[in-house]
Amino acid sequence: MVDPTPAGSAGSSTASAFRATLKRDLLIAYKRKHDVVNPFMFFLIVATLFPIGVSPEPERLAQIAAGVLWIAALLASLLAMDNLYRADYEDGSLEQLLLSPHSLYFLVLAKNIGHWLVSGLPVVLVSPLIAYMLNLPAGSYLTLFLTLLLGTPVLSLLGSIGVALTVGLGSRGLILAVITLPMSVPVLIAGTMAVEQTQNGASLAGYLAILGAMLLAAITLAPLASAAALRISVN
Amino acid sequence: MTMQDTHLTAIEPGTAMLAANELFCERDDRILFQRLSFAVAEGQVLQVRGSNGSGKTTLLRIVCGLNDSYEGDLTWYGAPLAEQVEHFRHELLYIGHRVGVNKVLTPLENLRWTCGLSARVDDDAILQALAAMGLRGFEYSQCFTLSAGQQQRVSLARLLLSPARLWILDEPFTTLDKHGVAQLEFLLAEHAAKGGAVLVTTHHELHVPELEELELG
Repeated sequence: MVDPTPAGSAGSSTASAFRATLKRDLLIAYKRKHDVVNPFMFFLIVATLFPIGVSPEPERLAQIAAGVLWIAALLASLLAMDNLYRADYEDGSLEQLLLSPHSLYFLVLAKNIGHWLVSGLPVVLVSPLIAYMLNLPAGSYLTLFLTLLLGTPVLSLLGSIGVALTVGLGSRGLILAVITLPMSVPVLIAGTMAVEQTQNGASLAGYLAILGAMLLAAITLAPLASAAALRISVN
Repeated sequence: MTMQDTHLTAIEPGTAMLAANELFCERDDRILFQRLSFAVAEGQVLQVRGSNGSGKTTLLRIVCGLNDSYEGDLTWYGAPLAEQVEHFRHELLYIGHRVGVNKVLTPLENLRWTCGLSARVDDDAILQALAAMGLRGFEYSQCFTLSAGQQQRVSLARLLLSPARLWILDEPFTTLDKHGVAQLEFLLAEHAAKGGAVLVTTHHELHVPELEELELG
């Protein structure tokens, strides 16, 4: 009986495999709350250190508020990244992911989305509060919120490439930061420039378009790079 | 330096599900195997044997497609495997020595995902499979509370749930108790009887009909 049955009869669709992966990662995050809370606390603490370390004067803080928030968000995203594939690599789940008949692109994207929902989104949501603490000029809240909303997923997607490349290494230390942070610079520039320039009357739309374009490029390309990197790491 | 040269009696073409031709693999300047040819046919259990470090796991990972640092040809139903990866993966069930069980999830949640990656499986079927593997009462316990053997059983429950024809199992007997060993042997024999094929590494003496052996190292 040589009749390789066509795929799909009892098989799952790519969409259901995508949902299953997303659900699983959210469930794991829910059960490992400290993994989610730690980067978030880190974000709050880093942002709080600046008024203490630089200057508590409202005028000085207003100048650096946007930059501080962006850098704190970037570092928090980096700190959270390590959880993305590590446990899966160690317990063998990653091999199962790689051997799925479905496109690894979508499965990696599902993991990235799940990861951003628990690590990036909370930072975005709390950012106006921290911005208030840092005396961000009144007109810039919406700009900051929207740029972070578009920018942090890009940071997650780029970080995923770095994590995928280093997941097989025994001691990673700072290598993840060395790989990921340079790639994140354009996002950081676009995000902080947007806040600064709109204060001086520039239109917000242009910056949102740039960040939106970065997000689209990251969604379409970064998971491909992550998938390829994972195959190399598991090899 | 480990070297060897293994040829199994060729199986008639057409019946072979998976065949390897003249495989060569070198790792850290050490030749693990060269000119290694074998075939697994429907209804057959192929046990890969060999001393520690002889490349059993590497061979299984090469066949699965997890490791691509080899030379030689792999064919799937007579055609190059690389051209039909998607179909191959639909028909493949691989359990490595890292069994793919997440520690914070429950057995039910683990299997929902692992099985959901390739097939549609409902919760009732998973609960039945877990009960059949002797895990009744543990369905909703987080896996870090289970013993190594029980975690192995969670992953082996996939054998009952998957429609895959080719099972590739890396040391599936290691943590199982006597009863578990007998049950797994029964499952392997049953799978072969239904026309499936098994590629398995173990040091355990397998009591399965239609057993072929491949000696490495």
